[in-house]
Amino acid sequence: MIRLIAMRELRSLFTLPSTWIIFAALQFVFAWFFLARLEAFLEVQPQLAQLANPPGVTVTVAAPMFNTIALLLMMLTPMYTMRLIAEERRNQTLPLLLSAPLSELHIVLGKFLGMLAFLVALSAGVPLMLYSLALGTSLDHGLMLSNILGLLLLTASFTALGLYVSALTAQPVIAAIGALAALVGLWLADIGASAPDSPWHAISPLGRFQNFNAGLLDSSDALFFVLFTGVFLLLTIRRLHNNRIYG
Amino acid sequence: MTSSFVSSFPAACWVILDLDLNHFPFPALSDTSPEITLSARKLTRRFGNRHIIHDVSLTLRRGEVLGLLGHNGAGKSTTMQMLTGCLLPDSGNIEICGIDLLRQPILAKKHLGYLPETPPLYRELRVDDYLAFAARLRGIENGKVAAALAQAKQRCGLEAVGGKIIATLSKGYQQRVGIAQAIVHDPEVVVLDEPTVGLDPAQIRDIRALIRELGDRSSVILSTHLLGEVESLCDRVEIMQKGRLIYGDTTAALASHGGEPGRLEENFIRITEGETAATIGGNDK
Repeated sequence: MIRLIAMRELRSLFTLPSTWIIFAALQFVFAWFFLARLEAFLEVQPQLAQLANPPGVTVTVAAPMFNTIALLLMMLTPMYTMRLIAEERRNQTLPLLLSAPLSELHIVLGKFLGMLAFLVALSAGVPLMLYSLALGTSLDHGLMLSNILGLLLLTASFTALGLYVSALTAQPVIAAIGALAALVGLWLADIGASAPDSPWHAISPLGRFQNFNAGLLDSSDALFFVLFTGVFLLLTIRRLHNNRIYG
Repeated sequence: MTSSFVSSFPAACWVILDLDLNHFPFPALSDTSPEITLSARKLTRRFGNRHIIHDVSLTLRRGEVLGLLGHNGAGKSTTMQMLTGCLLPDSGNIEICGIDLLRQPILAKKHLGYLPETPPLYRELRVDDYLAFAARLRGIENGKVAAALAQAKQRCGLEAVGGKIIATLSKGYQQRVGIAQAIVHDPEVVVLDEPTVGLDPAQIRDIRALIRELGDRSSVILSTHLLGEVESLCDRVEIMQKGRLIYGDTTAALASHGGEPGRLEENFIRITEGETAATIGGNDK
């Protein structure tokens, strides 16, 4: 049932021509970032070669690229998650799911995994572009994998938050603005907090992603993402259940 | 020894009585009425401080079409939402084919098809894709989806539009798709909330014929405020007023209520306007 709902989400997304256009435009933007980064690296490479322990292409091209994609995903995810439940409410299609033999857990996990699969497909071009560098040079696979894992966990947390905000309203635009405000708010609080032990660093997904971005696999960061995602999924399940209680 | 004999004696008598009844030659003593598919007892529902549904009890048997009749705002849609598990009642219980909807919702809902007031259509999908999704959602196995789809489309007259995007269909066809999703898994109980609202006369005729056909195989409960619909479709009618059921009988009995046969409209108005005060007054006491 979870798979069925996830596939329905994907099918609905890919029947819209705008999805394909945005998909293609984003690949173009990603490629542009990648080539610009690569060009900058090639320009400074002679100077870097004179250093005793020069940074490689993975540190100078791949890591900043993943950081940029993380920022882009922060703004993109609410645009896609906004319709997950809010649009079902607005179009009054929610009774189809609520009267079907499945629980709120199925509905929420189905929608979450469908959207996560879409966003993973959307950003899958980035690691592929970066791995194309392996044709001409050797890459730091540890750093690459840490970034990919971090980006996956970060996307999951953004999707869970977006899904929850979408469950709070019947207006997709309000869901998008709400989720964007929450994510940008957490990010700004993180970069604005000057004290190194400020709690804002601890609760910001983008702040937590920085360790992954630097190649540092910290289990507390991974646990944070799992908890962040889990809490928002549970809140969404509760919100859907409240739908049956309060109408 | 004595005590065990005493305790097993009533059970032994019951077995003998049961055997006797099973072999009794006269059918008058055996229950020949069709099985109960939907039973709701003492449903109540509040929204904030407003009491919307008061002590509503309903029973529906196999092969029966029950009309829930009432003015706008009488509580018909809220009752239907509760019967389909979309809304939880504050008190009371609902059984679908003997399964408690509130305790075992997933099992009970397998026997249920629901068309809400606004058909729950994913307008960007093709009719076939949407109905296949609805069939899988109701637990039909992958291998049987094509057959279920073909049957539902045939029953609803949708064979020609299977490949079309739902958003491009007329309102009548969209309503048919809505009914098709409710019956695609051949449920025992079909709940239809104002199925003919906003349709033209030809479409209303087609949809009514379809509902009549559904009533032969399943139990159908439909809400409406159109008396003609009740007259042409329903075996039994329950009249709802301000969240209470104030009258329940066969359609023919309603038409001849008060000794004036064939006057459904006058009798409905008399019941809802004239008798409401007395009924509610009586209940409150």
